[in-house]
Amino acid sequence: MKSFSILRRSGHTLALAALLSGGLAACTKDLDRSPFYDLNTESVYRDPANHIQVLAKLYAGFNLGGQTTTGTPDVFAGAGLDEGETSYLRAYWYLQELVTDEAVVAWNSVPLQELNTLKWSSSNDLMRYSYTRIFYEVTACNEFIRETSDSKLSDRGIAGADAENTRRYRAEARFLRALAYSHALDLYGNVPFVTEADAPSKNQPRQILRADLFAYVESELKAIETLLGTSQQVAYGRATQGAAQALLAKIYLNAKTYTGTERNTDCITYASKVLTNNAYSLAPEYRLLFLADNGQTSASEIIFPITSDGRVSQTYGGTTYLIHAAVGGRMIGGNFGINNGWAGNRTRKNLPQLFPAAGGDSRAMFFTVGQTLEINDLTLFTDGYGVTKWKNKTSTNANGGDPTGTFVDTDFPVLRLADVMLMYAEAVVRGGSGGDQNTALNYVNAVRRRAYTDNSGDITLATMTQLTNGQPEFFLAERGRELYWECTRRTDLVRFGKFTTNDYLWPWKGGVKAGQGVSDNLNLYPIPSTDIVANPTLVQNPGY
Amino acid sequence: MRHFLQSSHFQRPPKGLLTLGLSFLLCSGPALAHVSAAQLPLQQPITMQVQAETVRTVLTSLEKQAGVRFFYSKQLIGANRRVSMVALNKPLAEVLHELLDPLQINFEAVEDGIVLTPAAAVANGSVSGRVVDEGGNGLPGVTVLVEGTTIGNATNADGSFSLQNLPAGPHTLVISFIGYGTVRQPFNVVDGQDTNLSSITMAESATQLSEAVVVGYGTARRQDVTGSITTVSSRDFVKGQVTSPEQLVQGKIAGVQITAAGGAPGEVSTIRIRGGSSLNASNDPLIVIDGVPVDNSGINGAGSALALVNPNDIETFTVLKDASATAIYGSRASNGVILITTKKGTEGEKIRVNVNSQVSRSENYGQVDVLSGDQYRDLVNRAIAEGKMPAARAAFLGTANTNWQKEIYQTAWTTDNSVSVTGSAKHMPYRVSLGYLDQDGTLKTGNLKRNTASVGLSPRLFDNHLRIDINAKGTWADYRFADQGAIGGAVRFDPTQPVYSGNSKFDGYYEWTDPADPTGNTPYSLADRNPVGLLNSKRDRSTVLRSIGNVQFDYKLHFLPDLHVNLNLGYDRSRSSGTVFIPATSAVAFTAQGLSSNYRQEKDNKLLEFYLNYTKQIGDHRLEALAGYSYQDFYTYSPFYFSRTAAGTLLDPTAQAQNPGKTQYTLLSFYGRVNYSFKDKFLATLTSRNDASSRFSPETRWGWFPAASVAWRLKQEDFLASSSVVSELKLRGSYGITGQQDIAGVAGDYPYLARYTLGASSVAQIFGNDTIRTLRAAAYDRKLKWEETATYDVGIDFGFFENRLNGSLDVYLRKTNDLLAVTPISTGSNFTPTLLTNIGNLENRGIELNLNYNILRNSKLNWSVNFNATANRNKITKLLQVEDPTYLGTQVGDIGNFRLVQVNSVGYAANSFFLYQQQYENGKPVEGKYVDQNGDGQINERDRVRSESTAPKLILGFSSNLNYGKASLAFTLRSNLGNSVYNNVDADRGHYAAVNTGLNFENNTVPDIYATQFLNTQWQSDYYLYNASFLRLQNVTLGYDFGSLVRAGSTLRLTLAAQNLVVATFYHGIDPERANGIDNNFYPLPRTVTLGLNLGF
Repeated sequence: MKSFSILRRSGHTLALAALLSGGLAACTKDLDRSPFYDLNTESVYRDPANHIQVLAKLYAGFNLGGQTTTGTPDVFAGAGLDEGETSYLRAYWYLQELVTDEAVVAWNSVPLQELNTLKWSSSNDLMRYSYTRIFYEVTACNEFIRETSDSKLSDRGIAGADAENTRRYRAEARFLRALAYSHALDLYGNVPFVTEADAPSKNQPRQILRADLFAYVESELKAIETLLGTSQQVAYGRATQGAAQALLAKIYLNAKTYTGTERNTDCITYASKVLTNNAYSLAPEYRLLFLADNGQTSASEIIFPITSDGRVSQTYGGTTYLIHAAVGGRMIGGNFGINNGWAGNRTRKNLPQLFPAAGGDSRAMFFTVGQTLEINDLTLFTDGYGVTKWKNKTSTNANGGDPTGTFVDTDFPVLRLADVMLMYAEAVVRGGSGGDQNTALNYVNAVRRRAYTDNSGDITLATMTQLTNGQPEFFLAERGRELYWECTRRTDLVRFGKFTTNDYLWPWKGGVKAGQGVSDNLNLYPIPSTDIVANPTLVQNPGY
Repeated sequence: MRHFLQSSHFQRPPKGLLTLGLSFLLCSGPALAHVSAAQLPLQQPITMQVQAETVRTVLTSLEKQAGVRFFYSKQLIGANRRVSMVALNKPLAEVLHELLDPLQINFEAVEDGIVLTPAAAVANGSVSGRVVDEGGNGLPGVTVLVEGTTIGNATNADGSFSLQNLPAGPHTLVISFIGYGTVRQPFNVVDGQDTNLSSITMAESATQLSEAVVVGYGTARRQDVTGSITTVSSRDFVKGQVTSPEQLVQGKIAGVQITAAGGAPGEVSTIRIRGGSSLNASNDPLIVIDGVPVDNSGINGAGSALALVNPNDIETFTVLKDASATAIYGSRASNGVILITTKKGTEGEKIRVNVNSQVSRSENYGQVDVLSGDQYRDLVNRAIAEGKMPAARAAFLGTANTNWQKEIYQTAWTTDNSVSVTGSAKHMPYRVSLGYLDQDGTLKTGNLKRNTASVGLSPRLFDNHLRIDINAKGTWADYRFADQGAIGGAVRFDPTQPVYSGNSKFDGYYEWTDPADPTGNTPYSLADRNPVGLLNSKRDRSTVLRSIGNVQFDYKLHFLPDLHVNLNLGYDRSRSSGTVFIPATSAVAFTAQGLSSNYRQEKDNKLLEFYLNYTKQIGDHRLEALAGYSYQDFYTYSPFYFSRTAAGTLLDPTAQAQNPGKTQYTLLSFYGRVNYSFKDKFLATLTSRNDASSRFSPETRWGWFPAASVAWRLKQEDFLASSSVVSELKLRGSYGITGQQDIAGVAGDYPYLARYTLGASSVAQIFGNDTIRTLRAAAYDRKLKWEETATYDVGIDFGFFENRLNGSLDVYLRKTNDLLAVTPISTGSNFTPTLLTNIGNLENRGIELNLNYNILRNSKLNWSVNFNATANRNKITKLLQVEDPTYLGTQVGDIGNFRLVQVNSVGYAANSFFLYQQQYENGKPVEGKYVDQNGDGQINERDRVRSESTAPKLILGFSSNLNYGKASLAFTLRSNLGNSVYNNVDADRGHYAAVNTGLNFENNTVPDIYATQFLNTQWQSDYYLYNASFLRLQNVTLGYDFGSLVRAGSTLRLTLAAQNLVVATFYHGIDPERANGIDNNFYPLPRTVTLGLNLGF
């Protein structure tokens, strides 16, 4: 009964009620829980120091699989898919090379063999990988672009040098998005279209027509051309004005494929901007462009790379894939700076046959010991010559930095000067104005002189300008010699009208050993069936 | 911090709770400060003068003057004792002190008057007796109280009781027990003598209507319940080796399916109430222990979180099934609610000790049928002769005959001891218990040692106006986990190889070695490890501490007794830590040079509930209203540890420390309920709960969950009131919406936020000379919201022949909308191709029947049975944002290596099997030949057939209790009908490619290979899908009551129980009852015999 008297003396008449009503208001604040360590959109963008880390992810998106070497993939998490195989560059390489005269893969999986034989359908997983990766990149860029607008920067009180830096990052993000969209434009044509105006949701994005997407990529690249830094201003590995110009030149060269209209004059305009920019020069030797230290030895030529480092940027995709997959048969991994080969990729006979049998062209890098030129069995690594162009060895024959020999240091040149030189020359021959044939020939011979180490390989104006069926066929061959296994072959074959037709064949094209023409609708990949199901507003590309 | 609960309080719950409790009392002061009605008479002014009057005369005169009544016995005041005194306007209290103090008599005001009691307890007499039911069997646990006093006790195991220190004179015993009619028994106490009331018979209350049923936030009379609620109390619990609470009611409740995940000590059971209502969100019911909704996510280092509660402490297990009953729990109620109450002391009870001791012997029966060493050698040699395998494979055959399953299993012993002390210290009933379980697994090395303690205090203050319930349960469990990889390993491992190699390599165990290392010193990483070595080398231990507790204040306002104020402060905390150690010499982690890893986890969950309850009866109208507020917070922390080798060095020297796991979420709710009844005939309940979860964005986080139900008690109608056949008949109907937000398992606690995570240093981006670590945004759906389940339920409760036959029948339909599911989304709309989002609908419909029948009731023989049956159908009705009839569905049911044998698709049950229809020739399955269902000449995914769901069509339970004199026999039968099981043991092993690995080792196979002669795995074939209907004799218990064998008033009961005695099934695999329908590496449920002793004194 003692407590009773205590109670009686207590005077806190309304304390409980006050405590309750005040407490309820405070407790609703507890509903605003946020992660203890992970940042969210607001906290990331409030601190300008974070901006470069988000930008780094946008760059890494073209190469790496996720937030750890394995285990936290960016896409397909929990779907049981290999994040190396589904990474951007590897998936892109599959679609640009395995379907051409330059490459073939031995691994006996159905989707890969469908690429070998040009017999795919809309349910081919490899198209889904590339498509999904492209749009992951677009979505990630959209988020960064949305959150770094001038108004958002000022809302967050970011000004001065910080704001200047972020504006440049933003332009770079727009470049990366344009690059990803240029791949969508090239591979799939009519795709879902999202920009920074589309916040993450589960909505169904509308479809854009190929020509409209071309116009969008063009306008974006033009808009950021001067917002980007020059190659003197920003570090190697980042997007520059030169990169935007080179990419513009590339889409203009292929404009007829995309829009039905030639844009060779525009190609010349933008290629010229790159070529007259003194910052770029050809690497001294062709082989240096594909070695572990190409970021140092060939930085003058590489306009835009996908950088790689065996210690700090690890993936089972990218150049790690490219080098491992090309080693097999009697090739020794140690000679390539890697621990072992994966015995996958070789070339079809067309590529070696582009080079003079007598030799002299240092770009012909093939492994023939134990390999046959002809391919009788697609799944046998020793059928078809090996390609030794890509290595994890430095210019001084040292191994790359990863002591285990698993992950490589070799950068992948997405855009490089020799490519732009050939684009300029081809655009001139295709009738574009603003350039001239002699300059074009000089560029072509500059590229060939490096390959031959002297002028013995020089060609004449007549060779360069000769048209077969209205096409400057020299360039298809020369681009094969210079740019093989660099993700440009399918685009080139399509531009020259050779990808599906009967007038140019390679072994197993169309599923027969001698090769045969295939349906023209294959010039464009299908929109993956999974997305047709998820987004019924999409119209499938013709023929699928 | 202006916070209702100072956060610092919550971080130190015990102290904080006390502080809060006190502050509650202080704040409530003015409300309590009204003088109680019972105190008033003591303030009455008295004026009187007496000279040598008997005490009795004086008291009578005081009664008249003060208008009070005195209660006392003649012996107390003495017939002839005379006193003299004078008083002038003195308060009655003072007068009484003057009068009674010299006589050594105390007085105390009670509601109706003033009670006089002896100051010093004088042992005047006692009463004893035995309470029996109509069959003459002792009824344990019956409350026996002397009317008008606080003297009371509960009967012991044989129903006997004894009450001491009774003042001589006439008294009345009030004997009450849930489910029985209260008995009032007058008796007379003679000074210094024991009055023996030979046997007091209690009759089961005609309708059990007065039985109190636990509902959300309070109790209700059974007759007032309008929802679908089933309660099982301790009397009817499953006996024998029960180590986890859910096992107490397995097979006892219609609509509740409890499936053991395996036979490991402390193993998790899957509990499904009326089928699962969700796809990717949790399908587990909400479990509320003594008013504390507990965290159902697992505790690291503990098998099952629920298994940390000692089943011996549990009094009732109540399952709320329909929306009317569950909606008061709103957002967490979609999968049903289980309310567990623990045993408590009762007021006035004498101290009583109960000792329960059990010893169990468990042994597996049957094993996975694999080839013996000789059979295996024979098979390989024959296969080589037939050209099915290269001749070189013979080189791997050994000479041993090892039964690997025999090597890894053992006969396991379990001891389970508990002691409880129950009593009442003045107005504070208490119960304290200690338990110790030491359980060995039948898989060697597995062990659980569980120490439990519980304290329950239920002080009643201020004439019962303030009821406080304090519950604290603590558990200290030490686990040793046996590596269950040995189960599959023992099935696969080559039976021609010996257990021990005879040399000291790999700690003496035989192991397959890597052909790349010609010295034979490297174990082959592609082969299974020696199962015996795996068990013995891996020391996987954990220690788990968990405490769940609460303090609940229920205050009946003095000035308005119809209004109760209830405050409940609770916590659920756990601390767990564990280590895994594998020596460097072992083949298990050979290349890593052994393993030494640690983990630790802390969980701090806290609860605050506050509600007001108002009850009023006006004429024929009875109204009860409840309004409340709830705050619950869940916090989990687990630090990061590096993996280390056995020697303690870092496994990966370049690894960098990662952030600790730290996560928190909060639920906040307002709820209300109105019960109305008219003439106890028409009943209605309205429930509403507003819930907010921090897992959703501010725009979507609030959800409203209403429910309404009505009931009509036909028995109250004139035409039935006098019926001798029908003793109860009630129709019920309910509709309501409940929610689900438990998605942490698939999306964490922050699924609506764009989370940015920092990439590892191994996946950085290089800009020139700088290496920049990346920040990645995760996919999210800012519009993520509650999954909602609408439940319709119609039921009938009935009782016939004085309720000897009673039961209920329910029909229900549950429709879940805005299903939380991981689903493919349009490319470009978000960061990933699949997203957890609200998509799709699902429905469950079913019938439940529950029947109880007292077949025999006579003085010697008593027999009652329970039968329950449930039929549930589950169907997905929507799965995509846009209807697409060609969409095959989301494949699920991983049998390993991403081989998926089930599918979720529209029009079919969740997790339906999705296999090809096997073609047969001469009754023999033809390898690779399947039926072309759509006739397009191709066999592809469009030809796979969606078979029945994994869930049974019909679930049956049957329990019987037979008593004859002091002996009893009880058993429980369970049956699932129409459930399918995929035999992944056969699918995985029953083909030659499983034997001939092509690598430098071989694997065992199953006899099924003789029948199929499959060369390669045919895992997509429906050949492996079986009807797994079964009938299981779950439990048989034989008991004998020795009564007061040791000394008077004591009880002794012996039980012999057997579990899992017989399983009748057509399925030839090891166990037909699998929660996910896939039989794969199943830890067998052992057959257990338990000898139990229960001693009370």
